[in-house]
Amino acid sequence: MFELVDLLVSLTFYGTAYGMVLYLLAVGLSVTLGLMRFVNLAHGVFAMTGGYLTVTAMSRFGVPFLAAVLAAVIVVGALGMLLERTLCRRLYAAPILEQVLFSIGLIFVSIAIARYVFGPLAQPITLPGWLTGRINVGIGVFPTYRVFLVGIGAILALAIWAGIERTRFGASVRAAVDNRRMAESVGINVNLVFTVCFGLGTALAALGGSLGADLLPIYPGYPNDYLVYFLIVVAVAGIGNIRGALAVALAFGIADTMIRYFLPGFGRVLIFLLVMAVLFRNPHGFAPKIHA
Amino acid sequence: MTSTRVLDSLVIAGLVLFPILAPGYLDLGTRVVILVLCAMSLDLLVGYCGLVTLGHAAFFGVGAYAAGIFALRASAEPVFGLLAGGAAAAVLGIVSGAVLLRSRRLTLIMLSLATVLIMQEMANRLGWLTGGADGLQGIVMAPVAGQFAFDLFGRVSYVYAAVVLALGFLAFRSLVDSDFGKSLVGIRENEARMRAIGTPVDARLRTAFVAAAAMAGVAGALQAQVAEFVALNALSVEFSSEILIMLILGGAGRRYGAFLGAPVYVVMQDYLAREDPANWYLWIGLLLLAIVFLAPGGLTAWVSMLAQRVKGKRR
Repeated sequence: MFELVDLLVSLTFYGTAYGMVLYLLAVGLSVTLGLMRFVNLAHGVFAMTGGYLTVTAMSRFGVPFLAAVLAAVIVVGALGMLLERTLCRRLYAAPILEQVLFSIGLIFVSIAIARYVFGPLAQPITLPGWLTGRINVGIGVFPTYRVFLVGIGAILALAIWAGIERTRFGASVRAAVDNRRMAESVGINVNLVFTVCFGLGTALAALGGSLGADLLPIYPGYPNDYLVYFLIVVAVAGIGNIRGALAVALAFGIADTMIRYFLPGFGRVLIFLLVMAVLFRNPHGFAPKIHA
Repeated sequence: MTSTRVLDSLVIAGLVLFPILAPGYLDLGTRVVILVLCAMSLDLLVGYCGLVTLGHAAFFGVGAYAAGIFALRASAEPVFGLLAGGAAAAVLGIVSGAVLLRSRRLTLIMLSLATVLIMQEMANRLGWLTGGADGLQGIVMAPVAGQFAFDLFGRVSYVYAAVVLALGFLAFRSLVDSDFGKSLVGIRENEARMRAIGTPVDARLRTAFVAAAAMAGVAGALQAQVAEFVALNALSVEFSSEILIMLILGGAGRRYGAFLGAPVYVVMQDYLAREDPANWYLWIGLLLLAIVFLAPGGLTAWVSMLAQRVKGKRR
């Protein structure tokens, strides 16, 4: 009996760590989609870029882990803003098909570049010593790395929530999501809000990609193979539902971990069917207000 | 009206003339014909209904596996196999359409990806039925209609595939030109308004979805019969994107998009991938970006723009 409880606790914990990484990867997509109605399937490209930058900075230049992550996040965030200013912006009013094609094009180009520069194999990340051991967190002894992921994810989720609900910038974001023209007419610089949000979203993806590199390995197929997971989090939570994205990412992480442990024979079939069942009942996810 | 009739006959004439003009490229021609059929079926959804999906490989792949398994376990007659492939894909279209068509845009894309992944995982895990990761092997097809045995040079394969494509095009044409097809375009342009005037939007979309699925399934079945093999990557997200790219390259919702896009794509792939297989992804990526920013509407839009200019000059 105790063994079963122990097992469930540790599966829940592993699922939570996985869910936190998914949350970091997907939350930026949820914001850009809710805000600009921009269907950016290339979100994983930024996560992969962040991961590659972190791994390279550490192995090639001996930069410590956290400094490498920070540098990668800043660089990718800047790249994201640049891309928004130059290309993405031109597609906000375009039909969804063009947005999808643009992002598929970006995915293909990034896969080719990643394969050319880093080769087809996954880039292993060498975690620093203080992240490699195991640690007792009261409910059990778990790998420090996962505990770190859960902690960072919780802090960031709180920060994102506070940033959106409690700051002036967050208020402009919410206003622009609800009604762009109204927000513009009360003097909010919506274009600037878009650029900053896109940059923050890509920076968060880079953070998820770098921190999660040991969980979701960095390889050229990354933006394609994990795409469906980002989309699940965003779609099930509902477009632009940022608090919901955390709940859905955690629930998905835990459910996926449990299913893989108890019913390994089905692979990913069951979790996808579960997602379909949820969306069959709530076609707009858990935020029926906004349609994107 | 006359111009579409002329162009329609040109399409058929192209299918007839190809083996006469390029007898050495029949294998390539067969591949193109099958991909045209598949891209054309996707056009029903993307071009006419305005539904963007990345899941078309699911129907193609299921059609291919169904036809392959049918040939191995039931009957090696190709025509029955085509029906089996089309029927299997249509069943998947009915089931997945009931879930997918409740959503739009991003959610629809995600669900269509998930459909492909579910099918891929099942094909991979049901090894006793599908051959798993090695693919479905050992298919031997009987002569078409008991008369025309598949030959080494691919002559029968080409003619068989071309006839199926011609029939598919006739079906596509009558669908698109009918009132039903017009109502699909109406739904694409403004779904809310179509609902308001009493169009049964959901039923129409579901019907179009099943028709597209069945047609893609027939294309998959053709592929399985001609190659006498089904590879697991017929059910991949990459192949889904490729079908979409072919269609877009030609132009979605423009009747002949698939007929232009698929051959251009295959020839480019054949040329570029032979020169430099590793960078093929780079080229299609750049091609996509170029289409989005320079040529929205694809090749057909360019061609019709050119045609209009020529007409203008004549006047």
